[in-house]
Amino acid sequence: MSIEHRDDTGDRFGMWLFLYTEVILFSGLFILYAMALAKFPQQYAEASHKLNIYFGSINTIVLLTSSLTIALAVSAIQMGRVKHCLNLCWVTVALAILFLVNKYFEWSAEISHGIYPGSEQLAEMGEGVTSFFNLYYFTAGLHGLHVLIGASLIGVVAVLTAKGKVTSDRYTLLENSALYWHLVDLVWIFLFPLYYLIL
Amino acid sequence: MTEHKHEPVPYRTFIQIWLALLVLTGVTIAVSRVNLGALNVWVALAVASVKSSLVIFYFMHLRQESRLFKICLLVMLVILAIFIGMTFIDVLYR
Repeated sequence: MSIEHRDDTGDRFGMWLFLYTEVILFSGLFILYAMALAKFPQQYAEASHKLNIYFGSINTIVLLTSSLTIALAVSAIQMGRVKHCLNLCWVTVALAILFLVNKYFEWSAEISHGIYPGSEQLAEMGEGVTSFFNLYYFTAGLHGLHVLIGASLIGVVAVLTAKGKVTSDRYTLLENSALYWHLVDLVWIFLFPLYYLIL
Repeated sequence: MTEHKHEPVPYRTFIQIWLALLVLTGVTIAVSRVNLGALNVWVALAVASVKSSLVIFYFMHLRQESRLFKICLLVMLVILAIFIGMTFIDVLYR
């Protein structure tokens, strides 16, 4: 008889600690943003107006909804509703893909207007605007990478759930992937008003 | 040590939180269209903080976790405040 070692609370705690390091990672970028905003308030407002508020708002709704679906998926597995859980996981992945598709169209439009790091047109708009867009591309890009990783994780967990490896008795894998996904949402909650909504 | 399991959160609670988050998003967008000067950024940050708390305490189940998890969140926020505060002191009094 084998004795299985298992510590679900410890697993979750480890995930939380990791997420805190992620917060510190993103906060570095937000501090840079705050410093530059204090230095170039006018140019930041001017640059922010060039961003498409509709894309930003739609993506906010998409991410908040995907956070809801993955939270519901955790409740579903806890209650033993595997079918529900699977559907909710796949809806979350679909919403993540929708987010990235939106991002693709948004960035394509901006790049076609000559707004991208290193562009000459951007350099002509002045130091402040250049710094805004450099930070915007870096922060949103890093966030987009997290969306990609989170969605892949949830996809893998959904497959494991379908195979019966994640059950109502042990679902830490799903819970931790959900935690990661909520972090992605948290970063966007700050990113959206700071980049898209400066007057 | 016995693993204590979380009670499943009813679907309805999560849907209510989601609706609150959507309303707050509307508030952020609406307020950002009114010129309040420097106050705009602070209002945006305040609303974002409320939204984050909802996500952290409900969606991420922090409400159900033990005190250790909550203390660690506080420690992280204090470190963050020091990080931001020190940088601002450096930049503003250079």
